[in-house]
Amino acid sequence: MQYLAEGLRLPTNGLDYTILAIYFVVVLGIGFAARASVKTSLDFFLSGRSLPAWVTGLAFVAANLGATEILGMAATGAQYGVAVVHWYWIGAIPAMVFLGLVMMPFYYRSKVRSVPEFLLQRFDRSAHLLSSILFAFAAILIAGVNLYALSIVVEALLGWPQWVAIVVAGLFVLVYITIGGLSSAIYNEVLQFFVILAALIPITLLGLKRVGGWDGLSGSLEKQHGADFMSAWGGTGIGDANPLGANWLTIILGLGFVLSFGYWTTNFAEVQRALSAKNLSAAKRTPLIAAFPKIFIVFAVMIPGLVAAVVVPKIGTPGSDLTYNDAIPLLMQELLPNGVLGIAVTGLLAAFMAGMAANVSSFNTVFTTDIWQRYVKKDQPDAYYLKFGRLITAVGVLASIGTAFIAASFSNIMTYLQTLFSFFNVPMFVVFIIGMFWKRASMKSGVWGLVAGTTAAMVNYFVIYKQGIIDIPSDQGANFVSAIVGFVAGAVVMVAVTLFTAPKPEAELAGLVYGTESPDAEEVPEEGDSAWYRKPALLGWGAMVLAALCYLPYSL
Amino acid sequence: MSDLHKEVSELEQKSATAARLFDIRRIIGGLFVVYGVIVTIAGINPSDADLKKAEGVHINLWTGLAMLVLGLFFLIWMKLRPAQVPEGAPGTPES
Repeated sequence: MQYLAEGLRLPTNGLDYTILAIYFVVVLGIGFAARASVKTSLDFFLSGRSLPAWVTGLAFVAANLGATEILGMAATGAQYGVAVVHWYWIGAIPAMVFLGLVMMPFYYRSKVRSVPEFLLQRFDRSAHLLSSILFAFAAILIAGVNLYALSIVVEALLGWPQWVAIVVAGLFVLVYITIGGLSSAIYNEVLQFFVILAALIPITLLGLKRVGGWDGLSGSLEKQHGADFMSAWGGTGIGDANPLGANWLTIILGLGFVLSFGYWTTNFAEVQRALSAKNLSAAKRTPLIAAFPKIFIVFAVMIPGLVAAVVVPKIGTPGSDLTYNDAIPLLMQELLPNGVLGIAVTGLLAAFMAGMAANVSSFNTVFTTDIWQRYVKKDQPDAYYLKFGRLITAVGVLASIGTAFIAASFSNIMTYLQTLFSFFNVPMFVVFIIGMFWKRASMKSGVWGLVAGTTAAMVNYFVIYKQGIIDIPSDQGANFVSAIVGFVAGAVVMVAVTLFTAPKPEAELAGLVYGTESPDAEEVPEEGDSAWYRKPALLGWGAMVLAALCYLPYSL
Repeated sequence: MSDLHKEVSELEQKSATAARLFDIRRIIGGLFVVYGVIVTIAGINPSDADLKKAEGVHINLWTGLAMLVLGLFFLIWMKLRPAQVPEGAPGTPES
């Protein structure tokens, strides 16, 4: 997160603050109202596996629609142009569809409560413990970074001191998650989804009007940056130079395949939403329902980014005091009158808080069920783990608040740590995919695949790229290449280790690996689940086709 | 059947979420109706400065009306298709 420029202070008035205050009251109200539904630890951590698909689906999108996403992707749009669509149409959609159609049956039927718990069932304790601890650290780190990002934006836009924003937002999240658990987090995410749309759509439409519609927009930008700026694939031939520093192959394999599949299919903050669905059909539909809004959200972040690049042609360059991250706040200030402005401020704050809440509500689950219950205090009554879960939620929020303060003074370290953790996601995907489809993959191959893949990705990034041994034009491009390297290394090591170590007994793999029978009886489909518009295959392939069609106008 | 399977199934039996969790459609509907009314009223008679800022678009009015419609949609949807509490669910509120 870069610093926002001075002079972005919004002309907010009492009306805007009323709108904001109403939202905060509703957020707390949801927490208190959800309290009555929390009776067991499963209610607290996974909403008792009982939510309908549209709720979990919208929460699935919203959990990812945090601050870094909204401001960051608008910034990417302002910097790289239309190429930002790759993060959505090839980056997110195929991975979400794969999660829903292929992986969800294994996740949901095995009744695991978290992503690391699946590794415990499929591999062994070492893979489980390693991924649990790393996930817990990463979740607190990301929650803290979100909180810090929020404080910068709030300071620039509303003039609150940073520490006030950090403490206030942190305490709100603390209260509503500790009291209402995951149901409260998910309900708030669904609400946030609609508020953020109500904020982004007016900005997008007014922004387009300001620069003379889409034609005016692309006309000015092509004159300024060349035709490739307005095309998705222009300049991505291997060996061509483009600002992204990536070619079509690293975009498809690195971003589209490895990085995105790693993030969307194994990041517990996302998968948890699907695991809380009420049955297998709803769990499968969770990421598929999420895919449709995801396809179109890119317009509401890319267009403001592009408009900002027209309105302030020097944005992001040393000659301007505005950074790329200022794109959306700038348009809020320039275009929105009081009223809609209040909605936009509320939407941004809601997004920051939801981004943090998603991490806190997945952290408490992993820490309680995967670390505490499994390795520290076993076989306690369920009420104990429920109480412990609430306690650790509070601890997690306080730790994020601490992380946010650290980030405020050492923001370089934070960027570095985030890069570090991002490399851990890559081998997660290779371990899952091999574990789910190859029965023979041995118990020990899991942890070695994780270690080897992470190490290889880091060596490629920090040694081979950073020391200039091979030449990759940008950090972004190097990230994509490192992901591919980590994936291949993880796969090779898993196969090698498997050849020399013992497989998991076949009986213990039931329901976890492709081609085994689940120990459960086939669940009785709920009435109405057989309607054509609820068929997972149709939803999934529909999303894929739609995303491919969206590419057409920007590729021809 | 694994221990985990048994443990989670038992917890599912005792879970109270299905029976006791309120319907989120009520909250979305309520909040958006309130927001819709507030923003629409703010947009009925915009000042010249506000209009000029928003490129001549009655943005408060349109956004307010759109939010109002969305809020009403959720309330009507809830009215037409109320959530069904699964039969025999534990923890059904004793009212």
